[in-house]
Amino acid sequence: MTLIEFRNVSFVHQTGVTALSDVSLTVGKGETVAVVGENGAGKTTLVRHTNGLLKPTQGSVVVDGVDTRDTTTATLSRAVGIAFQNPDHQLFSESVENEVRFAMKNFGFAEGLISQRLDWALKFFGLEQYRKSSPLVLSGGEKKRLTLACILAWDPEVVVLDEPTVGQDSLQKEKLAQIFRLLQSTGKTIIIVSHDVEFLWPIQPRLVVMSGGRVVADGKISVIMADRELLEGARVTQPQLLRLYSGLRNKPAGPFLDVLEARDWIGGWRARREAR
Amino acid sequence: MSITTGSSTLGERKAIASIEGLSFRYPDSQRHALQDVSLEIGQGEVVLLAGPSGCGKSTLLRAINGLIPHMYPGDYRGSVTVCGLTVAETPMSTLAQNVGLLFQNPENQIFMFSVERDIAFGLQNLSVPRAEMRSRVDEAMRLLGVTDLAHRAPHELSDGQKQRTALAGVIAMRPKLIILDEPTSLLDPKTALEVVSLIEKLNRELGITFIVVEHRLELLIPIAHRLVVMDGGSKVMDGPPQDVLADSRVEAYGVGVPPISRLYNALSKDGMRLPKVPETPEELAEELNGL
Repeated sequence: MTLIEFRNVSFVHQTGVTALSDVSLTVGKGETVAVVGENGAGKTTLVRHTNGLLKPTQGSVVVDGVDTRDTTTATLSRAVGIAFQNPDHQLFSESVENEVRFAMKNFGFAEGLISQRLDWALKFFGLEQYRKSSPLVLSGGEKKRLTLACILAWDPEVVVLDEPTVGQDSLQKEKLAQIFRLLQSTGKTIIIVSHDVEFLWPIQPRLVVMSGGRVVADGKISVIMADRELLEGARVTQPQLLRLYSGLRNKPAGPFLDVLEARDWIGGWRARREAR
Repeated sequence: MSITTGSSTLGERKAIASIEGLSFRYPDSQRHALQDVSLEIGQGEVVLLAGPSGCGKSTLLRAINGLIPHMYPGDYRGSVTVCGLTVAETPMSTLAQNVGLLFQNPENQIFMFSVERDIAFGLQNLSVPRAEMRSRVDEAMRLLGVTDLAHRAPHELSDGQKQRTALAGVIAMRPKLIILDEPTSLLDPKTALEVVSLIEKLNRELGITFIVVEHRLELLIPIAHRLVVMDGGSKVMDGPPQDVLADSRVEAYGVGVPPISRLYNALSKDGMRLPKVPETPEELAEELNGL
């Protein structure tokens, strides 16, 4: 079922700069889509169309059957939650607690539910000790986590994450990967903008590659990541495990998706060889 | 294995920065951000500083460039010496001529009307004579490859160009030591690699010492001489990057160990003997092909 549809969307900034050129794209319910491409390719502009924050100059964006021009961002946000790249553009409450409460209150959630979701979100993202603190005293990585906590608390149908791994250490990245699996298992639709190919690879999302405001490739990450020429043009590098796979003489039918899989296969290969 | 503390990792290099028994606590905090940290940075080294969020990396950088204790006072014990200057007793303006700092987001650093003026800004503040300023700005633009952009406004630049402009502004001050706080985290992978090769070039050609904080270790490992890992305000590992990454303890510290290093460690644990610690996936593939 199609949840989001971009129909020949172009977007021109007030400065006259064209950020999107004739983009057509559909995102189905429950899909995980990663958007990659060079700095300035139009990735952030693209995702800001999903909740009506930006409206197309030409073409149309339809979310759950509604043209984004016919409704408000406030209404669309109930279904589409976006965590911005720069958390300072998003955080404004006087306390961490109220930041998380804000949207849920606006959506008219009952107080009991708000408290319950708030506790869960702060605990999950390791922000409990900052409950009463100002968001401004948090570190960059913590602010980023707070924006995620705010969005997951109100449980939107579509979760859009713009560069979620920036400033996150590996423990936090592992936690993010867990969140992905959790969201995927509950049938949520996820759109992630990221430069972090090592983070994306084990998730194996559908990959949309953008360059110069256009979608230049759209398909399975394992297929697209093997196309070096295409990656070069979009200034994307290959993940390490795929580079390893390309260099091996003896290898399985498809590339290793994570370190454990590579370890098991290489271990098995060695055992088989020694048995001979 | 040379996972050591103190000066033994320096080898023949002369120290450009010495941190001795440094402990620091911010005034509003219960716990120490740094706990008895000792670290020597050798002249011409590229040192990669890693560790989980809140491990004290940023505090340590501030203590080296003088923001601590000059701008962030607190409970300060121990000593920091940089380029022969005792940081706590040297004014920020003097320190700034020796230690350069590049932020994660160049938008926080460049703000003038043109690239050229932006690069000249620090020199103007130091009242450098006009002719001298001209030649230093030109040199910095040439080194960073932004000469063609001299008259462009910063907001017209791509993110990679912005980061190069910010770095040119730092280079024009001719610092002996440059601190980079996650210099590539906002850049696409190719642009990030370009910034990394610039760091390598400035280190090789000008002998500038670099201290770099970065979560994406796989980018910096190929050019780093040393990897220092911090945890809970203390230095917990310090040595050549390949040695530190091959130490099984490293993954527990929340350091972003590259997949290839994790795989190498896992295979070693399974009893597989590979000729050497691989630096790239291609190297590991070759080693496995040769078995």
